[in-house]
Order: sequence, then structure tokens, then C-alpha cells
Amino acid sequence: MLNVSDYRVSYGQSNIISGMNFSVAPNEIVAVMGRNGMGKTTLMKSLMGVIPSESGSVTLDGTEVSGMKSYQRVESGFGFVPQGRMIFSSMTVKENIETGLTTTNSRHVPRDLYDMFPVLLEMRNRRGGNLSGGQQQQLAIARALASNPKMLLLDEPTEGIQPSIIRDMARTLKEIRDQRGLSIVVSEQVLSFALDIADRILVIEKGEIVHEELRSNVDEAKVASYLSV
Amino acid sequence: MFADYTTSELMSIFAMQGFSGLILFSVFVLMALGLAIIFGQMGVINMAHGEFMILGAYVTYLTSNVFSEYMPALFGGYFFVAMILAFIAAGALGMLVEWAMIRHLYHRPLDTLLATWGLSLILQQLYRTIFGAREVGVTLPDWLMGSVQITDIIEVPINGIFVMTLAVGISVLIAALMYRSRWGIQVRSVVQNRPMAGAVGINTARVDRLTFGLGCGIAGVAGSAFTMIGSTGPTSGQLYIVDTFLVVVFGGAASLLGTIASAFTISQAQSTMEFFLSGSMAKVLTLLFVVFILMLRPQGLFSLKVRR
Repeated sequence: MLNVSDYRVSYGQSNIISGMNFSVAPNEIVAVMGRNGMGKTTLMKSLMGVIPSESGSVTLDGTEVSGMKSYQRVESGFGFVPQGRMIFSSMTVKENIETGLTTTNSRHVPRDLYDMFPVLLEMRNRRGGNLSGGQQQQLAIARALASNPKMLLLDEPTEGIQPSIIRDMARTLKEIRDQRGLSIVVSEQVLSFALDIADRILVIEKGEIVHEELRSNVDEAKVASYLSV
Repeated sequence: MFADYTTSELMSIFAMQGFSGLILFSVFVLMALGLAIIFGQMGVINMAHGEFMILGAYVTYLTSNVFSEYMPALFGGYFFVAMILAFIAAGALGMLVEWAMIRHLYHRPLDTLLATWGLSLILQQLYRTIFGAREVGVTLPDWLMGSVQITDIIEVPINGIFVMTLAVGISVLIAALMYRSRWGIQVRSVVQNRPMAGAVGINTARVDRLTFGLGCGIAGVAGSAFTMIGSTGPTSGQLYIVDTFLVVVFGGAASLLGTIASAFTISQAQSTMEFFLSGSMAKVLTLLFVVFILMLRPQGLFSLKVRR
């Protein structure tokens, strides 16, 4: 599905991602874990084309996307839920979801998105900025799903969200994966959430993958040791 | 200052000045709508906005000449053709400018200010070279001449009514485009967060170019309307640019309704005071009033209430 090979991203002289290799299978959920400043967000943003990559290749379903602009990547099947949610705060909930419809031909928000997040139906005419953090996160996920992605990227979705909603979110994301048959890459610092949701866990440190494990035989203590300072 | 007039005369003066204020209001609205999109929505300080307007005025002048030369029978309708041509010409130039200059400067507002000011000087000299330094005027078709007599004292010019209708029509059109169409949603999301709009699948470069072009095109239409009430010279745009920015800032940068409300306030205040005081005194009082209001409400008359 997603294939990243020999991938490099730098800000000027400083190398953030140095020669990373990984792949994601169809219908798989991969959690990318690591402490602050290890390159999780940089990886996500560059996969989405928000910041340019230096070299290496990224293919989605065999299509090379590393030279594409963000909107072309969305057309070829990426969906993105950024860190801090980044919803359009002065636009209504409905309009926010509609921005995600740009690459599709439909004009109306599909019913199943509202079924998945009933609170968004209830609040569809409120401005996005007036929603609570948890509701904004749901909105950001709905917006990303509106473009019918094959590959959903979530950057620290649990940031600033209360524990009970985090558990709900893990369940919803798995449901989405099962219903739509998409793959998910999620960057995370919260180990319990990652264990809840992921099929496989990657730990990155200084822009390189230092540890990789399947969820089924994960050594919790080992992963936790990478995350502690 | 009111003592010299009888009550009925005063009423008529207020009515007529009020109406000429409405005409000024219409021109302000047309000018400010373009700028509300470019400055209010996109955040680009376009000092050359007045020159885009003058381009529209010159296009109207050329069209009227062509019509009177080659098809005098159709002269009555030249204005509608001129408006469309003005929109296309100013819009096309706007898109070219966006492509060549503005798109590199979205993160550098001060540089945009200087660059567009330079552009305005270049355009002024270009107009001077092509059309000459002397101001030009257009001949209005017969149906736009004259005025409607409402009472003995009050009469209302027809071209004023036409400009007003135009301003209302274009405002409604823009509002529908921004708040009811898919394209409007794309514009507003790009303006709020350009990288994120790209990441939900919007071609931001294209949206930026069309938006800037639209703003400039509307300035062109404003220039077209402007020929009806004033003559056109290379530097005519400069006279209006400050007023236009004033209108947009006073109205609250991101609000179309605010732009219209502030255009109304400023033009009415100016026009009514001009009759009783001198023009410059009226301007001083208007500016003081606006500065005072902006001290109380720095965000302008209308602003959105959202959590940041």
C-alpha cells in the first residue's frame, strides 16, 4: 500500500528524517512512536507534501507521490489529520467537512460521516472554532475522510483530549478501518492508545526507525523505555 | 450654519446630499468589495488597487470610442459591453500580477506593500504614456443622462441610480459566491490556513490566483462605473485608494457586510458635511470619527466571534 524508502527530510542544514524505510500493508494500522523532536510531525507533514522532502521515494498503491503538491496527494488517496487539528475556525462544521469534498464530485456531506460522528450533525451550523477540543478532533477526522482516502495519516490525535474520549477514538478509528478498508498511520506518544489501536508499532529516534514490533507480541516495557526521557 | 435655510429647504438638502452620498457609497462599495476580497480575505495589501480601477475606466473609454466610431446605432448599450471588458482586462492583469509577483510574497506583507506600490507607479506611467497625461471623459448614452424630479427641489440623477443598482447587484453576487458556492468555501479555507487547505485537497495556487483576479476584476467594474461620475486620468486611482482602505479597515477586515456598512457610514458623513463645511474639513471630521471608533473597536465594525 504505502511504501517509503530511503526517505530524507531536512530543514536547511539540519537533517530531521535520515534515510527512513518502511511500508504499510492494506488495511493495516501502524503507530509511529517517539519522544518530542524525533521527527514524527516532520514525517507526517512531509508525507502530506506540506513540507518538501529532500530525497527518497514515497509510493501509494504504486504511484510515486514524492514530487506532488498536497492537493494532488489527496487526489491520489491520502487523508490528513494534523497535529492541533487545524480546522477552519471561522467556517461552520458543515463547511469544514465540505472542504474535504473538493477532490470528489459530490456536493453534499455523505450520510455515513454524520452517522459516525453524530455530534457533528447536531452542530453542523456552528462555527468550527466554537467546538470543544474533542469535537474539533472528530471534525478534523470527518474532514479527512470526506475525500475518501485509502491512506489516513493522523498526527498525535490524542493531544489535549480527555482519556475517555481517547478510548472512544481508538474504537472509532478501528471501525473506520473495518468499514472502509483503509490503512492508517498514526503518530503517537500515548502508549496505551497506540496499543489499543495499532497492528504494528514503529519507534523512531532522531529520524530513524530504531524499533519495530507487531502488536501481537509487543514488549510493552521496551517500547515504554524508548518513550521515557 | 443651519440658520440660513428654512426647514423644508433643509429637508431637501439632506435628501439630496443623502442621495449624492448614496452615489459615493456605491462607488466606495464597488471599490471596497474588490479590496475586501484581496485585503480582507487574502491579507494582501494591494496599493495598486486604484490603478486596476483606472484600467477599467480606460477600457470603458476605449469601448465608448469604438462604439461611437463604428456602431453608433448601438451606442446606448456600450456600457454593458464595457463593463464586461473592464472586468476581463483588470481580472487578467490581476492574475498575471499574482503569478509574477504576489504569490512569492504571501508571507511578507510589508514587501507586498512596497511591491504593489511600485506596481502602481509603473501602471500610472504606462497610462500616461499610452493615453496621455490629460484626463479623458466618456460620453454617456442618452438614457443615462438627466435626472428624475421627485419634488420641486429634490431631483435625482439617473446615472446615480444606475451606479447604485450596479453596486447592489455586484454585492449580492459576491456574497452569494463567497458564502453559497463551493468555490467560496475553498477561498475561505485557503485564506484561513493555506497549507491545511492544500492538505484537504484544495489546489491553493489556483484558488489564490482566481481570487486575486476576481478582486481586480471587480475593481475594473468599479472603474467602469467611475467614468459616469468623474473623468479619468493616470493618477485618478490614487485619490480613492486611501478612502477604500479606510472603508475596508473600518468595516472589519474579514466581513463583507461590515465593508458595506462602513462604506455607507463614511460616504454619508462625508457627503452631508461637505455641503455645510468645506470638503477638507468634512474629510478631517470623517477621519477623526473613524480613528475614534477604531480606538474603541480595533477589529472594525463587524467581526466574527470565534475561539482562537
